[in-house]
Amino acid sequence: MTAAGPATRTAPATPGTGDDPAADTAAPSVRPHSGRTVVTGIGIAAPNGLGTEAYWHALLRGRNGIDRIRRFDPAQYPVTLFGEVPDFTAKDHLPSRLLPQTDHMTQLALTAAEWALEDAGVTPGSLPTFDMGVVTANAYGGFEFSQRELEKLWSRGGNHVSAYQSFAWFYAVNSGQVSIRHGMRGPGGVIVSEQSGGLDAVAQSRRQVRKGMPLLLSGGIDGALCPFGWAAYLTNSQLSTATDPERAYLPFDAAASGWIPGEGGALLVVEDEAGARARGASRPYGEIRGYAAGFDPAPETGRPPVLRRVIEQALADAGLAPADIDVVFADAAGVPELDRIEAAAITAVFGVRGVPVTAPKTMTGRLAAGGSALDLATALLTLRHGAIPPTVHVATPAPGCEDLDLVLGEPRPGTPRTALVIARGYGGFTSAMAVSAPRDAA
Amino acid sequence: MAELTLPVLTEMLRKAAGEAEGDAPDLSGDIIDVTFVDLGYDSLALLELLGMVEREFSIALSDDTIQDAETPRMFMDLVNSATTAAA
Repeated sequence: MTAAGPATRTAPATPGTGDDPAADTAAPSVRPHSGRTVVTGIGIAAPNGLGTEAYWHALLRGRNGIDRIRRFDPAQYPVTLFGEVPDFTAKDHLPSRLLPQTDHMTQLALTAAEWALEDAGVTPGSLPTFDMGVVTANAYGGFEFSQRELEKLWSRGGNHVSAYQSFAWFYAVNSGQVSIRHGMRGPGGVIVSEQSGGLDAVAQSRRQVRKGMPLLLSGGIDGALCPFGWAAYLTNSQLSTATDPERAYLPFDAAASGWIPGEGGALLVVEDEAGARARGASRPYGEIRGYAAGFDPAPETGRPPVLRRVIEQALADAGLAPADIDVVFADAAGVPELDRIEAAAITAVFGVRGVPVTAPKTMTGRLAAGGSALDLATALLTLRHGAIPPTVHVATPAPGCEDLDLVLGEPRPGTPRTALVIARGYGGFTSAMAVSAPRDAA
Repeated sequence: MAELTLPVLTEMLRKAAGEAEGDAPDLSGDIIDVTFVDLGYDSLALLELLGMVEREFSIALSDDTIQDAETPRMFMDLVNSATTAAA
């Protein structure tokens, strides 16, 4: 994959060569470059907590964000549960200028982006405008906005359709809106690979950082909860039709019956470790150590899924052995066959009950591109705070999943120093990313 | 339909495209000759405003014409001459 976005600026190819003198910076500077990519800011909008602190406390308490759909009456649909982000009123977080032109998921993204930048101590003057980029992931686009405009089109006519429809629906709109709002005019782009997207976007940002780009906002926010969007979700036969919010999404459990979707995700500030220190950033959450991505062979080929090799290659890229990994954040599809495939891959790499495995997404549902970004943020928060957040509602391992050391019901105390995040996007996308605690930590 | 006045225009602007954040002038101030760019509105915001004005006043203006209307005064002049012609 090559750099996304318009090539308006060529990042220096050699670490340590510093700034591009052609950029609109006051004076050319030589920026320190360690070659290590760290995360210095996190912004979260999750179904069980709005904001990093609320989310983390919800995880430790096992608070479930999955519930019966409230935004419209789901009675006529086969699936009635969803993970809605609670207590979010866009006008409390955003200027009125942005409200008529943004879908709900973009409003969540703009809010999380502001929090992530604030968390990282990035202010408008922190870096030159072309030294900050935005690469996010998205899988649905702006369904709710589009539904409103389609209603106007067919009930009142084309001259009632908003001019903002031109971009409000688009997968890249979160990257674009964040870029415009915060003056981040470096490399930009969007990655569309369903649930893998959050990791893939951060990996793309790491490539940019390694090429010399000082800072990127990355991750993903997703979700399309409206009748029009629901019609799209329902084309996926993997969704659970269960109606009990505590029994609908049970990955690795003998009673697994599919998954429940949700909205939200996480955005992260990604930058070079030495560059972050040089601009006075506080201690990073952790380092992006390794990454790999693959795509499953077509079913009729009979070839095995790529997950095991992707995990092994992510570890190799990180320079870590399986024994070095302290916790695995599972993809946790909740679909029996996919759960067995993941359990087999984890067991093959790490051994029988060889590593703690958890799926906090049992409290949020699967958030498409936002899901793996949120898992990555959760892994980094785990490294910072110590406790491994639990997998909730799961009780009896399914056949083929008994060899996993699942963190069930309660947080598991400890001092994990490394984590592996696994993400599979619908259709065969498969990614894994290893993170570790900051190296300067005791 | 009545004449397009500044209070009506600013109300429509608020509804169509919201208010800018940051240093942009307050819409309730003396903005009749301040450019839309300085007020924080891009071409898409003006298209959105134009759509609303066309529906409210039952007129049709070309997108090209409206690009020349750089200020609220120029925009109102365009709209009001169109409504007069249509009357």
